Amino acid sequence: MVLSPADKTNVKSTWGKIGGHAGEYGGEALESRTFASFPTTKTYFPHFDLSHGSAQVKAHGKKVADALTNAVAHMDDLPGALSALSDLHAYKLRVDPVNFKLLSHCLLVTLACHHPAEFTPAVHASLDKFFSAVSTVLTSKYR
Amino acid sequence: MVLFTAEEKAAVVSLWARVNVELVGGEVLGRLLVVYPWTQRFFDSFGNLSSESAIMGNPKVKAHGKKVLTSFGNAVKHMDDLKDTFAELSELHCDKLHVDPENFKLLGNMILIVLATHFSKEFTPQMQAAWQKLTTAVANALAHKYH
Repeated sequence: MVLSPADKTNVKSTWGKIGGHAGEYGGEALESRTFASFPTTKTYFPHFDLSHGSAQVKAHGKKVADALTNAVAHMDDLPGALSALSDLHAYKLRVDPVNFKLLSHCLLVTLACHHPAEFTPAVHASLDKFFSAVSTVLTSKYR
Repeated sequence: MVLFTAEEKAAVVSLWARVNVELVGGEVLGRLLVVYPWTQRFFDSFGNLSSESAIMGNPKVKAHGKKVLTSFGNAVKHMDDLKDTFAELSELHCDKLHVDPENFKLLGNMILIVLATHFSKEFTPQMQAAWQKLTTAVANALAHKYH
């Protein structure tokens, strides 16, 4: 799956509009949405305080958002930009691949909630493709 | 609740009677760890998992595989009552073991494949369908108490 020039434009433009909210959205996508809708995802965080408003989860949401911001800035070379994270997920974290789809979905929902006017079907499709491409890179060294 | 037809139950029970649980259990778990290496994350204490032969020959893998498949045998005995049968194990896998239920689906498919390798032509599409239904239902029962 390849990101077209239009996809890249859509993703960059959306991310630009998010501005400084990326961290907050990351936290919302992760905590409020992913953990709530898909409780099985919490099995990867037994070492976290997962209560509502947890500082650990907020920080982790921001971490994920920052990594995505970096990915947006390097869409022409996702494998290069995400290489260290790819290693981490393959050799240490080993999060089952299905969970990337769950988080991606919740990121889309979060973005749709906060930016309904921008979240056109075309932008939605581009973002979905982008998250899918990122997920693919992150699971690319699994086996 | 999953409903199994009389034929499905008969098929499952008859095949199960011929399964060497110790042997098949080890193979099932071993294959899981080989084919989906990220599942090794739950077994840091198992020692050498560095190659296919290391995994398939690992005594801890074999022992644990036998344990898991023996428990699966309980499912065959209680096909009409899987959620209650696995309630405690479900809580254990959630609260203590922190296992993503996606792994239950992966393991279920390994069971099917190993049964196929052992029974080959006897593992007909109908036989597979019955077993597919059972492994899915067990996976769901084990995930049922997750919160």
